[in-house]
Amino acid sequence: MSLLSPEPGLLFWMMLSFGIVLFVLGKYGFPVILKMVDKRYNYIEESLQSARKAQEELARVKETGEALLIQARKDQALILKETARKNEILIVQAREEAQKEAEKIIIAARNQIQTEKEEAIRSIRNEVSRLSIDLTERILREKLSTNEDQLRLIDRLFEEIEISNS
Amino acid sequence: MIKDKLLQNLLAVFMLLLSASSLFAANSNVSMNKELNVKEFILDHLADSYEWHITTIGEKDLSIPLPIILYSKTSGWHLFSASHFHHGEHAVEGFQIATDGKYKGKIIEIDLIGNVVRPLDLSLTKNAVSLLFSSLLLIFIIMSVARSLNRNPMESKKGFIGLMEMFIMTINDDIIKPSVGKDYKRFAPFLLTVFFFIFVNNLLGLIPLFPGGANVTGNIAVTMVLAVATFLVVNLNGSKAYYIDILWPEVPTWLKAPIPLMPVIEIVGLLTKPFALMVRLFANIMAGHSIVLGLTVLIFITVSLGSSINAGMTIVSVIFTVFIDFVELLIAYIQAYVFTLLSAVFIGQARVSHSEKPI
Repeated sequence: MSLLSPEPGLLFWMMLSFGIVLFVLGKYGFPVILKMVDKRYNYIEESLQSARKAQEELARVKETGEALLIQARKDQALILKETARKNEILIVQAREEAQKEAEKIIIAARNQIQTEKEEAIRSIRNEVSRLSIDLTERILREKLSTNEDQLRLIDRLFEEIEISNS
Repeated sequence: MIKDKLLQNLLAVFMLLLSASSLFAANSNVSMNKELNVKEFILDHLADSYEWHITTIGEKDLSIPLPIILYSKTSGWHLFSASHFHHGEHAVEGFQIATDGKYKGKIIEIDLIGNVVRPLDLSLTKNAVSLLFSSLLLIFIIMSVARSLNRNPMESKKGFIGLMEMFIMTINDDIIKPSVGKDYKRFAPFLLTVFFFIFVNNLLGLIPLFPGGANVTGNIAVTMVLAVATFLVVNLNGSKAYYIDILWPEVPTWLKAPIPLMPVIEIVGLLTKPFALMVRLFANIMAGHSIVLGLTVLIFITVSLGSSINAGMTIVSVIFTVFIDFVELLIAYIQAYVFTLLSAVFIGQARVSHSEKPI
């Protein structure tokens, strides 16, 4: 039966065409396709991996940021507290200082007053002595007519005055 | 909505064609007045021919004459068009197409002492032209996929290129990779070429219009070349362990010496594998073509039974032919798949090393 016996002519044409197809596709067709698909597969894999990595990085950055924020808040509270405490101390100190200053001023004023009082007493005394001398003078102008009496009295008076002045 | 309308229109055209074909058949019966030889008709369509018959309009055959290339021992090379034979009625340059005998339908030469001899016939027959056409088509398709991928590998392809890429990768990942084993990349181009070569030729064989319709993969010469190619690839890449298993298998010594019983069996097995590949593909595709032809012939042989039976059988025939064509579509894929799968498995078996051999 001719269907079961291969024709040499067709064998030749089949070998030729299959050979050409095999050569062209086996060298320039399928290897290129397989290589490119492989390349794309790797590229997608890499992209996925890097995306996952980026996501992880982002999450970590976010976490760090949050931690930083919490820390900052804590620090802020601490600083505020510290400041308040310092403030209080300063105020107390200032008050104390003021107290001391005030006391000093009061003492100084008291001293001033004392001196001025003494001064005033002294000047009053002087005035009184001057007046009394004047008065005595006028009284004595009449009585002390003799020189001797006069001189004696003067001496005695001088002494008295010096004693009281010293 | 539009789809429904389209479907309706298609159905209407289909029914029209049906009735027209039965009418035409009835008419031709009147003019022909001769019984149709079903067996001859089918075998004629399965066999190769020197001209590509497209259709017959009335009494006139519309066919493309193909070039005849011959080498005769007595008169050397010859090249002429098949149209000179006038469908086998004339002899050209001492050659003629045999009408019966051993070389029925082939070109023969009567030598000087009156013997019928067959010249070396390298004519571009219908199958040869179909092979060249499908080869070019296949190269064009695969190369366009490769070029598109090469130009922009990172972009996912759409449309036909994307489909082909997916198809190629499915064959590569689901058939070749698991069957061949670790160095599958070396054999993937060959196996992919085999798969798509068979698949394209199977599909073209299913198209009844001009560029297709030839019974290419249902021709034993074609499947023989494919099987021999697989045989060569398998056995030229055989590992040491593979050949040791064939020539000195692990069986009791009296089975391999002094009479090499097992080696002989193994060598026969070596040859039956490609033989089975060859016959399986050839028989499947040829059977598919035969069934379609047989069902189509049903229309013409029922003409004599009256027009109502003929019309009924026409409808039955068309429905069955459509069904078988769908089955054939499946077979076109399955046979390409099976050939590739078995080739891949044989290559995988030939690549075993002693370390991974099962105990």
